[in-house]
Amino acid sequence: MFWQTLQALPLAWRHRAKIADQLFEIGNASLLMVCILSLFIGGVVALQTGPVLVERGLGYVLGGMIGLSVCKELAPVMMAILIAGRIGSAMSAEIGSMRVYQEIDALKTMNINPINYLVLPRLIAIALALPTLVMFAIPVGWMGGALVSAYNSRVAVDFGSFFGDLRDVVDVGDVWNGIFKSFVFALAIGVISCHQGLITRGGPRGIGRSVTKAVVNSIVVILILDYFLTRLLLLVQK
Amino acid sequence: MNGSETQNVSLEVRGLRRSFNGVVVLDDIQFRVEPGEVFVIMGPSGSGKTVLLKHLIGLEQPDSGEILVQGKPIDTPGLRDQYRMAMVFQSSALLTSLTVGENVGLYLSEHQLKPPREIAFIVADKLKTVGLAGLENRLPNELSGGMQKRVAIARALVVEPHLIMFDEPTAELDPIMAVAIGEEILKLKNQLHATSIVVTHDRDLAFGIADRVAMIMNGKILFVGTPDELKENPDPKIQNFVYAELLIRRYNQPHKETSHK
Repeated sequence: MFWQTLQALPLAWRHRAKIADQLFEIGNASLLMVCILSLFIGGVVALQTGPVLVERGLGYVLGGMIGLSVCKELAPVMMAILIAGRIGSAMSAEIGSMRVYQEIDALKTMNINPINYLVLPRLIAIALALPTLVMFAIPVGWMGGALVSAYNSRVAVDFGSFFGDLRDVVDVGDVWNGIFKSFVFALAIGVISCHQGLITRGGPRGIGRSVTKAVVNSIVVILILDYFLTRLLLLVQK
Repeated sequence: MNGSETQNVSLEVRGLRRSFNGVVVLDDIQFRVEPGEVFVIMGPSGSGKTVLLKHLIGLEQPDSGEILVQGKPIDTPGLRDQYRMAMVFQSSALLTSLTVGENVGLYLSEHQLKPPREIAFIVADKLKTVGLAGLENRLPNELSGGMQKRVAIARALVVEPHLIMFDEPTAELDPIMAVAIGEEILKLKNQLHATSIVVTHDRDLAFGIADRVAMIMNGKILFVGTPDELKENPDPKIQNFVYAELLIRRYNQPHKETSHK
């Protein structure tokens, strides 16, 4: 299905209205949630690691550590999991219900390819939306870490030290690293969710099964891909 | 895409066989639908009618046998561009996320056959044809079952089909609405001269619109002929289906006599 969608890429411009709709759907549904989640992830990492580092006199590395972990790992992975739950489930449910209620059969009888009509716009939209959301998530996560570092009495690393270390350790390549990962995760979520939708059988229970499979499979694939992508990107960065 | 270009086509089924998980659902199906005729496939629930129709429109692939449209196999590349086909589903199968107007104009907009203003004009015209003028902006779930069915017919009309198939077009409709749908099918025959294949177990509809009828039971075609020939066929299975109300009366009779006593 992924290759069929790639072959249909030249038709993307024709489906621009549907892509814009999907982009709005994903962004509108997820931006606030992404920011809240990211803020608290950065905060929790600071809360867990800050006191330990400060006790050992390593408080000056906190900004760099949180900066790297948020942009290379936590933001892309956690946001991908969030999007798999919110958007992947919605995609598989919508396509699955279209399949069960013969809407996809109706498209086929009109000589309309369901891959071009349903999968292509969703895949393009999620592949654009998730990296964009991660671009928001990274600075918000840093801010969460900085806030907890500054205002938690057991950490007490001020903004200047936190962001000073972060600037020293994190470079643009690290941010791109996270954005690239999120792009790959987005493709995985899109393909898995649309595929589960298209193979749905058996009424409302079948739709429920497809949604569950889409979310669980997406999360498992995200975590497996994360390991291999991390190894690959570490090799490339060397 | 002009009404005057529409020409009717023949459809022939030869030795069609299909099984699911070892259960034979269609067994050696053979018949020919002549150009421009209304051909009704009748049979009880679960006899294989809908599966057969899905094969005829190309949604399912047979295990063996062939389906010929105007003498050419249905999977011939470009055949669907040469001979346009449409299907009206039992559930109407309207896209619930689109408005009525977008549903009806979907074929034209997706294939970019007309500019948007012309599509809007055609959509309004087809909706008027099925008695639903002015409902372009409504969503399918705001309409009754009968209205949804007529929207589905309007969507099929937009294709200007050479061959149109109806799956249980009067299922879940009241008798008055069923008559209206029957009239729409006959209008299609008279105005577009399209070849129509109707799958139904509604005997009134079948005898009202059919040029010829095929009777299918347990995946096999038992009979092909005119409605009058079907009514006179001595096969008890066919008689039981065609005159089912007599069976009910026969069962009811002793009960009535007992209760009168």
